[in-house]
Amino acid sequence: MTTQELHDFVLSNSENISSSIVTSYVDRDFPCFEVKKENILEVMKHFKESTELSFGFLTTCCAMHFPEQGDKEFGMVYHLHNMQANTRIRVKTFFPKSDLKISSLVSLWPSANWMERQEYDFFGVQFQGHPDLRRILNMDEMNYFPMRKEYPLEDAGRDDKQDKYFGR
Amino acid sequence: MSTTPIINPNDPEKDYSILNLGPTHPATHGIFQNVLTMDGEMIVKAEPTVGYIHRAFEKLAEHRPYAQITPITDRLNYCSSPINNMGWHMTVEKLINCEVPKRAQYLRVIIMELSRIADHIVCDTVIAVDSGAMTGFLYLFQWREKIYEIFEEICGARLTTNIGRIGGMDKDFNEKAWNKLTAFLKEFPKALKEFDALVTRNRIFVDRTVNCGPITAERALAYGFTGSNLRAAGVDYDVRVAAPYSSYEDFEFTVPVGTTGDTYDRYAVRMAEMWESMSIIQQAIDKLPSGPIHADVPEFYLPAKELVYSSMEALIYHFKIVMGETDIPIGEVYHAVEGGNGELGFYLVSDGGRTPYRLHFRRPCFIYYQAYPEMISGGMLSDAILTMSSMNVIAGELDA
Repeated sequence: MTTQELHDFVLSNSENISSSIVTSYVDRDFPCFEVKKENILEVMKHFKESTELSFGFLTTCCAMHFPEQGDKEFGMVYHLHNMQANTRIRVKTFFPKSDLKISSLVSLWPSANWMERQEYDFFGVQFQGHPDLRRILNMDEMNYFPMRKEYPLEDAGRDDKQDKYFGR
Repeated sequence: MSTTPIINPNDPEKDYSILNLGPTHPATHGIFQNVLTMDGEMIVKAEPTVGYIHRAFEKLAEHRPYAQITPITDRLNYCSSPINNMGWHMTVEKLINCEVPKRAQYLRVIIMELSRIADHIVCDTVIAVDSGAMTGFLYLFQWREKIYEIFEEICGARLTTNIGRIGGMDKDFNEKAWNKLTAFLKEFPKALKEFDALVTRNRIFVDRTVNCGPITAERALAYGFTGSNLRAAGVDYDVRVAAPYSSYEDFEFTVPVGTTGDTYDRYAVRMAEMWESMSIIQQAIDKLPSGPIHADVPEFYLPAKELVYSSMEALIYHFKIVMGETDIPIGEVYHAVEGGNGELGFYLVSDGGRTPYRLHFRRPCFIYYQAYPEMISGGMLSDAILTMSSMNVIAGELDA
């Protein structure tokens, strides 16, 4: 099955959730589906549990930050895998900074637990229904979300650092 | 494993003790903390803490040109860094639509399978050590050293290898590397057989590992297991077969699977994979085509240093790559390789700039380690140690 055929196949088997799919396209080897944030749980449940699609494996999920995109400033990208048919899809959803709440997928995949904690930790995405939404890699006292684009890394060429403070 | 708790952790009749296992503990082989609620010798509940060696790789990657991200990937699963390097190179090659010549692909396969053997040597011998069999560890572990010597001949480094370039290999194997590789292929099977004879059917080892920390295929998939740990539970998923990269489709090999997903199966699957890797390396050497070792993509392939000093074109391209003057295609790609621990994925978003806009690592350890509390609750403390070493949790990959 080519990627385009897979894309059409997924769309034709998703009529009950078609109102939740904003747009869909083929990007290299991945059919991509942009869905409405409010319906993410319903859409993922369909992708996972529909007998035709059965994308039963959550490969990865990650958050995105596009400060210039206004209503689409933050995003979540999910990669799903159907291991029997060996097909993969990418599901995306975008939301503004004022509304960082999105349904958690832990009820569908226990593996989403730490993946979502990680994205909360770095981007501050608020997963609703997550059993234990705490920071995971950074320290608990941290009061900002470091992967957001407003926190640039230190410029490698800065000269206000004095060597004597660093034992050099 | 049943999800209904056998023991109620809030039972007022019971007097539980709290045991802090880690963060630095000789038996955990890395910086892992687990706060265990213990009923005598039995684990009632476990609460893992991760992030002790978090180095913000995803953020760092947003600040570095593509060629400079390879050394970051070294430090993910540092027991098999070449696989991570190759995975990253292939991700960028996918983005820039670059087809690597067959010879480079075969050389990559040889390197990746060598590092898979090195990775599995670490895991399997450490399982043996944790169950009390020090001898097997001492006999087999020196072969990891021999593999590192081969890497040293290929790229100059041993642990954090930075092997290869975007677009192919940086240089072909030299004669010393071939000699060491040939000697390794000749001698290692004997050592592996010896280890096999010492440990695999050893009565004590079998008694300790069978039914220790089991997980069913269904739970393993729900927890996002990949790699040897998933195969030990009986699911024959291997990225090398499911989505062949770097000419893996040219080689004959079987994907070993277990049945119960316990420590013994994880051990046995890795042992079988080492034999398969040996066979793949031999096939790659036998079929090794001649030809160039890198694709003709001067805008992305870092030229050799002596060319930079002697030829104008090489100097220009070197400058353009290092200073980020090359036009990188805009787009997003996901590429996965079969790492030492499972599906190591790279999700790369490029906005055409000098550095990735976003780079997300799918780190197999991080995803499957969350099943650890479920796998050890209801078992003994000593089984928890064995379960952890058999899952091959590598701190660098866990914390990124």
